[in-house]
Amino acid sequence: MKLRLTTLALGAVMAAGPVMADLVFPSLSYRTGAYAANGIPFADGYEDYFTLLNERDGGIGGVPVKVIECETGYNTEKGVECYEATKGEGALVYQPLSTGITYQLIPKATADGIPVHSMGYGRTSAKNGEVFRNIFNYPANYWDGASVAIKHLLEQNGGDLSGKKIALVYHNSAYGKEPIRTLEELGKKHGYELMLLPVDHPGQEQKSQWLQVRRERPDNVIMWGWGVMNSVAIQEAVNIRFPMENFIGIWWSGSENDVLPAGAGADGYKALTFHNLGDDYPLYDDLKQYVVDAGKAAGAGDQLGTALYNRGLYAAMLAAEAAKTAQEIHGTKDITPAMMRDGMEALVIDEAKMEALGLPNFGPEFSVSCENHGGDGRGAVAQWDAEAGQWNMITDYIDTDQEVIGALIEEDSSAYASENNITPGCD
Amino acid sequence: MIYREAGDFSSTYVQDSQTFPIKFDRYRYYLVLAVAFLVVPFVINDYWANAILLPFLIYAIAAIGLNILTGYCGQVSLGTGGFMAVGAYACYKLMTAFPDVNIFFHVILSGLITAGVGVLFGLPSLRIKGFYLAVATLAAQFFLVWLFNRVPWFYNYSASGQISAPERTLFGVEVTGPNTEAWATYLFCLVFLTGSAIIARNLTRGTLGRTWMAIRDMDIAAEIIGVNPLRAKLTAFAISSFFVGISGALFFAVYLGAVEVGEAFGIQKSFLVLFMVIIGGLGSIFGSFAGAAFLVLLPVVLKVVGADMFGWPTDIVAHLQLLIVGGLIITFLILEPHGLAQLWRVAKEKLRLWPFPH
Repeated sequence: MKLRLTTLALGAVMAAGPVMADLVFPSLSYRTGAYAANGIPFADGYEDYFTLLNERDGGIGGVPVKVIECETGYNTEKGVECYEATKGEGALVYQPLSTGITYQLIPKATADGIPVHSMGYGRTSAKNGEVFRNIFNYPANYWDGASVAIKHLLEQNGGDLSGKKIALVYHNSAYGKEPIRTLEELGKKHGYELMLLPVDHPGQEQKSQWLQVRRERPDNVIMWGWGVMNSVAIQEAVNIRFPMENFIGIWWSGSENDVLPAGAGADGYKALTFHNLGDDYPLYDDLKQYVVDAGKAAGAGDQLGTALYNRGLYAAMLAAEAAKTAQEIHGTKDITPAMMRDGMEALVIDEAKMEALGLPNFGPEFSVSCENHGGDGRGAVAQWDAEAGQWNMITDYIDTDQEVIGALIEEDSSAYASENNITPGCD
Repeated sequence: MIYREAGDFSSTYVQDSQTFPIKFDRYRYYLVLAVAFLVVPFVINDYWANAILLPFLIYAIAAIGLNILTGYCGQVSLGTGGFMAVGAYACYKLMTAFPDVNIFFHVILSGLITAGVGVLFGLPSLRIKGFYLAVATLAAQFFLVWLFNRVPWFYNYSASGQISAPERTLFGVEVTGPNTEAWATYLFCLVFLTGSAIIARNLTRGTLGRTWMAIRDMDIAAEIIGVNPLRAKLTAFAISSFFVGISGALFFAVYLGAVEVGEAFGIQKSFLVLFMVIIGGLGSIFGSFAGAAFLVLLPVVLKVVGADMFGWPTDIVAHLQLLIVGGLIITFLILEPHGLAQLWRVAKEKLRLWPFPH
């Protein structure tokens, strides 16, 4: 009898508890497969930031955050399954960390009214928010990356690239093909010759590509790689004694996992980034206190401070800030995906905000608007110091060639709009 | 007691040669059709459609196609993924080049185009057999994927090399594109699957099927009794590729909506469909359904049980899934080499004697 009473009382308490639902942030991660080495740190960072918010602040604006993790294995079919399985739980924003899955989700999420944030990946022309109302890719996109790399090379060569030969080693998929058009246009403008070297999934076999590099001797190699392809490419470059300082990877080819296997040979390898590196931030103290020491870290908890972990943190931080903005705009704590979209569109990240979050000087300042879902697109160059085992930023955030990129985005997004009968607008 | 031929008299030849001679079987078949067409569309939601039923229906068509070639005609093929890609890209080119033609005909046409490509790659089967043929079809797999990646015409020169399905309607209801309803896509694929299964079942019961089986069992003997191996093998390749092409077209246009050839139609797809056929049962239409259901459902069930019910880490569940699927495949091959279809056959035999076995 007593037991039954207790159960009843417990049931009543639970029923009378706050009806406020959690803020749901699905994490479409991949901890298995050929891309796991890069997928794990990002997923850990993403989850740990939300755990920190829950433990330290009780969530966002007092509403607890729930992260639903779903393993995609970087596979689009599983990505669709994950999307369908989690969207019913009130998912606020999707960050699939895969260009293939992003392409898959753009039409679906637009139809369902759920925003997608493809941070530094996905469909570049989604920067045009008038066409892609629900898709965001701030703070930078692939074409910005291509432009930053070329600007860096221009600076190194005294502002002149004419007659130079630049090779692009890329993952032969939607992801790797994204920058080709931009690099071709920039080639016309600056007079360099572009050489294309596709690498097929998963990229463990690259002997022929690097043999070609050895034979044709390009002045610089730019890489659009991901997963196991990165470390193999860097190892091959070391093997043919390609000068590392002439080798630049996109931000997805710039993690510790990519350079460590090549040992001292990888010293001097450069990679782009759109946020700061290392773990020298006040936020890390909180992370240690509330998450790691409390035994609540995601995964094995050994990824803190790595480049991709920081990117996961950054992605989660931008999502949390957008949710806060949405709560302010709509005056309610319990936001819907539509409100989240408004929050993302009104997002402003400035130095004061980052400082307050314990991440001073962590990323570039930018703001999002309906016309511009991609931020300012600034990126920096980092260089690997093999001896110290860390990345060092060697430039400031570089402004990109918006003249070239803007025209391409306009062209691509208007093609998408006419294909799908979308009337661009900001109503 | 209920499952027996006794008392069910055929008075016409049509009745005598029907697919399900046992009354109980026949009614069960009608019941399944009725549930699939009249009940499921009313209860289906997005998750069931996109995560379970659409892949099942589409893979079942592909498995039927491969079963005709491998199970009935005995020609081992590892080119299924490549032929699915042909179906998908044919459908994409047709959809974008002739937007006014109904999507239903585009899917059929994609099947026909794939049949043509299949015949082309089937030609070596006249000279080479067994493992050597498997390697030749493997070449088809790699060549076709390379071709669709390399030649921009196939993906209409899009910057990313992806193809994405525009919106198309059937009787005013959208079946492709982002704004589709779950029941519409489900019914669209179900119609194709039902049609494919009926055609395949009747082909394999007729002259054509018997010539295939004769070639499979012993090609020299078949030739001596007057079976034309050229005709038998090439028809098997054509009809098999037709179904595989239809499944590829549906896979792209209805299920995923946007694909990238290397990722969606790579070698792992060929193996997946081959496993379905082997686990389901070689030379059985029912086996194609059972194999497709098994390999589509198993990962989802394991995921729901492991990650959602027990809350295990997602990576452990994903690894367990590989272990369990691999283990089950080996167990099946050892304990029941004829697949799920054989289990079904044995069950039926037992049922016939029930409740009074000798």
